[in-house]
Amino acid sequence: MSIRLKREVMAADVLIIGGGTAGCYAALTLSNHSDLKVIVAEKAGIRRSGCLAAGVNAINAYITDGQTPEDYVDYAMKDAAGIAREDLLLTAARRFNKVTADLERLGLVILKDETGNYVTRGKRNIKINGENIKPILADAVLQAPNVTVLEHVNMTDLLVTDNEVRGAVGFHMEETTAYEIRAAAVIVTTGGAAGLYKPNNPGFSRHKMWYPPFNTGAGYAMGIKAGAEMTSFEMRFIALRCKDTIAPTGTIAQGVRAKQINSKGEIYEEKYGITTSERVYGTVRENQLGNGPCYLHTEGIDKDTEEDLLKAYLNMAPSQTLRWLQSDRTPGKEDVEIAGTEPYIVGGHTASGYWINTNRETTVTGLYAAGDVAGGCPQKYVTGALAEGEIAALDIIKKDRRMTGSYEVLSFAEETFLKYEHILNGSEAVFTAEELEEAMQKVMDEYAGGISVNYQYNEKQLKLGEEKILELTKLTRYINASDMHELMFVYELLERLVVCRSVIAHLGFRKETRWHSFQENLDFPRSDEAYHKFVNSTMKDGALVLRLRDIGKEADYEHTDI
Amino acid sequence: MSIRISKEACVGCLACTKVCPGSLIKEKDGKAFIKYSRDCWGCASCVKECGFGAIDFYLGADMGGNGTVMNVSEHGDLLLWKVTRPDGTVRVIEVNGKNSNKY
Repeated sequence: MSIRLKREVMAADVLIIGGGTAGCYAALTLSNHSDLKVIVAEKAGIRRSGCLAAGVNAINAYITDGQTPEDYVDYAMKDAAGIAREDLLLTAARRFNKVTADLERLGLVILKDETGNYVTRGKRNIKINGENIKPILADAVLQAPNVTVLEHVNMTDLLVTDNEVRGAVGFHMEETTAYEIRAAAVIVTTGGAAGLYKPNNPGFSRHKMWYPPFNTGAGYAMGIKAGAEMTSFEMRFIALRCKDTIAPTGTIAQGVRAKQINSKGEIYEEKYGITTSERVYGTVRENQLGNGPCYLHTEGIDKDTEEDLLKAYLNMAPSQTLRWLQSDRTPGKEDVEIAGTEPYIVGGHTASGYWINTNRETTVTGLYAAGDVAGGCPQKYVTGALAEGEIAALDIIKKDRRMTGSYEVLSFAEETFLKYEHILNGSEAVFTAEELEEAMQKVMDEYAGGISVNYQYNEKQLKLGEEKILELTKLTRYINASDMHELMFVYELLERLVVCRSVIAHLGFRKETRWHSFQENLDFPRSDEAYHKFVNSTMKDGALVLRLRDIGKEADYEHTDI
Repeated sequence: MSIRISKEACVGCLACTKVCPGSLIKEKDGKAFIKYSRDCWGCASCVKECGFGAIDFYLGADMGGNGTVMNVSEHGDLLLWKVTRPDGTVRVIEVNGKNSNKY
């Protein structure tokens, strides 16, 4: 029996795609400061969706006493080896403390000393109990006036005409309903992309990864397909994590000042440098030199410290506490083995994502990006995502973008719905989405600098990788879906393939090595001043067009030559 | 990394199906069941949401798991995390939601 989807047409002034950190805060800002009608489309349930599902145990971007937003800009700029936008970093940094205070007002617990000041962890972090940070945000959104939250609705494509956004289309994950949501402004807050590369645990625990495996690059893919300019997809993010559980290491490194050591007990981090990419690179090199495995040196920490570590991990990565407690191999008795993850594309840590102006509007009029999907502003973390959601929302309010009266019918919406139905009703299936996803991850791993090749690549490998990704993309015509959840699996695969193609093109365009491990081009193993620029790309007539853009110093950047 | 749902303890409220960030838990014969166990991220959202102690999570063998399971129950501000080893020994860690991490 063939499935015919029910068509549901909705309209709002602002559509927010993705109810995670940035999306929730954008919705709250719009609700608090305007009467604009808002729809939030979230593909899961909003209380625990996005990267804050398990919690977070520190605010990693905060301006502590004696520090300034400008200091933060300097730090992030250095960590990114100069490839970042000052205007974006500064406008985010100026809001870090304000959005934190707002979260505290909503119920977030922040550690204070006897005099009532926040307790800091290093120069830029404060300590929190962030186990419930997402329910706190989500509950505020669910109560906000003028905001409608659609849960389990997965948006797939933007509606764009004359380079102006008109809304987006998608489908419900359980019910056989397709949605056309028309809006005068759209904020994309879908997060970054996991699952492009073969993961650390490729078998049963394939989703035990650093970044949420449900963040599949949907926002990048819909932007690329709609002709929006993207930046820095070659600046991949690789996290240094506790081996197997892929739990964070910062809590141990910064919290108990544990050093990175090799199997001979030598502290190696000083040899390679301590920027984010150098910490990963050092670990890779030590393994290559035969000095592995590598560890965080925790052996000998006292009982109280160990107990506090066990609790800290319960608030963000309970699997690590489980790992410690399942045997008696606790961190005080045994050093913690560490490893690099597979590469991710994530604008909250590195600079990958939409090319935006200072107000977070993309190169498509009325289309905004905030959080991990927005580029140019690395090390923004949770507070930066909140800040960007707020900045985008305030610009939409200022421009008073609202739906007025009727709107033209766009055939693209119906064409997309027919495509959904074709995938649901097709009978020529040879492959499954799962099978093609594994094939894609293998190609990226081997030919585009994954774990198995120590994150390095050369141009010949990239060329082959590109061919193979294009071949796999052709094979997607032979996959079907038997229900709406499977339809989402098919779309997640399609999204990832679009992002993979862009990642490969960007990696090849930067003919230097700007960051060890993150972007290590073996044909050009040194950094080159000629590439002290952004690598940007735009899809035109099905082909990716790449260009270099200067590292501008404007306080207020506006799109001029798109 | 995945979860197991006890058919005996599950009352069929389906609260867990609504909070899984991957929507991996579905309804079957009036009870919750994990349809895509290989796709679990290990965030423990469902374990926290379940008010009946019906969901445990465990480490896959490929992550070094040894059959130990963990669950959590809420008592006011307190979260009680319970670890049960294969030999039956139990360890409970109490985390007060009003206290911050020290690290």
